[in-house]
Amino acid sequence: MTPVLDIRGLSKGFVLHHLGRNLAAFDDISFAVADGEFVLIKGANGAGKSTLLRTLYRSYLPQAGQILFRSDHGPIDLARAADVDITHLRRTEIGFVTQFLTARPRVSAEALVAEPLRLAGIAPDRALTEARHWLRTFGVKAALWPAYPTTFSGGEQQKVNLARALIRPRKLLLLDEPTASLDAGARTALVRRLADLKARGAAMIGVFHHPDDVAHLIDRVIDLTPDAPSQEDRHDVVV
Amino acid sequence: MTLADLARPWAAMSYGFLDASAKRELRRKMIKAVCVPGCQMPYASREVPMARGWGTGGLQVSLTLINPRTRVKVIDQGADDSVNAASIRRFLARVSGAPVTLDTLEADLIQSRHRVPEEILRSDQVLVLQVPNPEPLRPVQPNMSIARQMHADADYGRMWLQLYEQIVRSGRVMQGASYPSMVNGRHVMTPSPIPRWDVPKLHMARHLTILSAGREKRIFAVPPFTRVEPLVFDDVPYRVEDHGGLTCARSGARGVFMNEIPQSDGGSAHEVSDSEWGVKTIRHRDGEAVRMGETWYRDGRFVAPRPGPDPGPRSVRTDADPDPVPGGGAP
Amino acid sequence: MTLTLDAPRIVTARPLLRVAGVTKSYGPVQALRDVDATAYPGEVLGIVGESGSGKSTLLRMMNLEEAPDRGTYTLDLEDAPGNLFDLDRFARRMLCATRIGIVYQNPHLGLLMTHSSSGNVAERLLVAGERRFAVLRDKARAALAASEFPLDRLDAPPIELSGGMQQRVQLAKAIALEPALLLLDEPTTGLDVSVQALVLDTLKRLQQERRITMVIVSHDLGVIRTLADRVMVMRRGAVVEAGLADQIFQDPQHAYTQQLVHAKL
Repeated sequence: MTPVLDIRGLSKGFVLHHLGRNLAAFDDISFAVADGEFVLIKGANGAGKSTLLRTLYRSYLPQAGQILFRSDHGPIDLARAADVDITHLRRTEIGFVTQFLTARPRVSAEALVAEPLRLAGIAPDRALTEARHWLRTFGVKAALWPAYPTTFSGGEQQKVNLARALIRPRKLLLLDEPTASLDAGARTALVRRLADLKARGAAMIGVFHHPDDVAHLIDRVIDLTPDAPSQEDRHDVVV
Repeated sequence: MTLADLARPWAAMSYGFLDASAKRELRRKMIKAVCVPGCQMPYASREVPMARGWGTGGLQVSLTLINPRTRVKVIDQGADDSVNAASIRRFLARVSGAPVTLDTLEADLIQSRHRVPEEILRSDQVLVLQVPNPEPLRPVQPNMSIARQMHADADYGRMWLQLYEQIVRSGRVMQGASYPSMVNGRHVMTPSPIPRWDVPKLHMARHLTILSAGREKRIFAVPPFTRVEPLVFDDVPYRVEDHGGLTCARSGARGVFMNEIPQSDGGSAHEVSDSEWGVKTIRHRDGEAVRMGETWYRDGRFVAPRPGPDPGPRSVRTDADPDPVPGGGAP
Repeated sequence: MTLTLDAPRIVTARPLLRVAGVTKSYGPVQALRDVDATAYPGEVLGIVGESGSGKSTLLRMMNLEEAPDRGTYTLDLEDAPGNLFDLDRFARRMLCATRIGIVYQNPHLGLLMTHSSSGNVAERLLVAGERRFAVLRDKARAALAASEFPLDRLDAPPIELSGGMQQRVQLAKAIALEPALLLLDEPTTGLDVSVQALVLDTLKRLQQERRITMVIVSHDLGVIRTLADRVMVMRRGAVVEAGLADQIFQDPQHAYTQQLVHAKL
């Protein structure tokens, strides 16, 4: 079966016009990810781990290469796909999980978590029931559900964010240090949710400061450190 | 042969005061106005020996239409005997030799300010209304160029907005006179400052009405048998003044439009606004043989019989009819 | 380096709004140069740029207030045939009243300041031919409620209201006829920061509930970031860059966009 994601010769750097400089992030990366596979990205600080995730999500524009994604609508190159297609895929097939919540004033925690389901056309009351389930699972106290997360502590905001990011199963999840500074209970819930989604076929590419949290999920490690072994070798590195 | 033989003898002025070219222009503009009912036609309003704003527009139309056999009636706020009406009537007679009358039934040409007579006008009669402000859109669009575009586009939404605002603020439509009306389903006109009571008289009427604003240099017309529909909401009916229960203190006439006369005791008495109708009522009471025409209203209700094809059901409500404003009203 | 993206392949819907090759000069000043823009149904397109960049001129053209020297404008609607710049005044007025809503920065441009607030909303419905008082009243009330206007001030004239409330009246008027396209010209500029947030929140909520296609013009990047799915950056009448909102803000390509983003954040 074709991999869900096939990255070929992907390069990204930043042109800083005001400095007249080019800042290279990574160059000529190739690897593929199969359904249900968990790929850990590692590398020294500044090796471009987060940059890679953001490039795959198209928050960053790649400079060269292809990101072939096997979408429900057929194969598509995320590096070149039209903006509307990317928006659509982000809503339906590709998720990005960070530790930071983009809270909006006057939107309650439960409404924020339910939003991805509502946008997918699920009835508001069902979406809300499910949102509460995930808030409970990640350890957000029921008293906070109808409150505005803008006033929450960092830890609580993070839990709300995880609930929101993971409420809807996706084909591909990009995980940017979701466990950082998370308490033990929430971390367990997160890992369990990830394992569940993985078992249901979701492919995952993750950057973790402490990969031990998810050690049993990792199928493969790719090292972005420039002097690391070549692309081919990286494919076979297994923890 | 001398030049003098070819020329007409000297005269102090043309027949009917206005020179021939002025009359020709007015005739042409009147025909245009009749062709496009309710649409304002610009004309080169001439100087007449009267101040602008005192009926010069109506006067120019009358001077153009008049001939030595035209029997002329002039009223001001319903009265034949006010100074202004008397002056205009005398002027018209002097410059044309036309006979004058006070009786609506006898008149061929009626020049009027602010009223339509109470007796039903016939197809051989012409009503000339003096108009101070011919532009119904002025309150909602001070820019007259844009207002003309709005007429062209039949863009009259803002007129209803005026009514909406009145209902919201006062609980009812407050427009007392010059009630904006749609003519022939196309142009909104202001029917000059006649009371709401008089607007139904113009609808599908047998007579021709010409409205003329001398200061503003605009002429428009309601030809016979033309629809004149006051702007209303579908669920807020048009109402005329409730004068059905009032009695004229001088003539004892009832069921027609009344003027309110404040009394020193703080109360008020009423008097027939159409003064000649009052005069006729008194003569009739005193046993004189007077011919009293059929009136548009009977006991304060509009009942004018409608000849020809029925223009559709029409009932004119008065202020007395109970009919709460839907959807609330003023807070 | 400019990377040309592929045409949409997954989203098969046609763009609701398409502006192509729009060029406009005022004497020697070129206000717009060959501007293209598209917005898909339900999408929020943000246009940023400093004053004089042509963004407001473009928005006025989208509201058919002005015609360009060259260019086309189409809306994918049954009642909006062909190049809308070719419509006559009458057709233009009907289309604007029924299909396009606009909120101006200056409420004096969009509102009758001494009429009642509900009347301002009702005017839209009147233009479209509604002649029942009760219906006008109900619909005006509903539209004002949807833009979170306090209903106890339903009949207060905008001149007596605060800036934030005036914007809500404009918004209610704009959405009263459920337009296909909502245009917002600096809708929160000049408001207090706290009021700004509330108005933005209302816009966001309306957008999600009704899936209205929006074009929002602002020099305030925060406003664009909060609302827009996609962003167009304009400078001196031309589009210098367009892309997904997060991409424009996190990975601006053009020197001018980088300067703009770095100056504001």
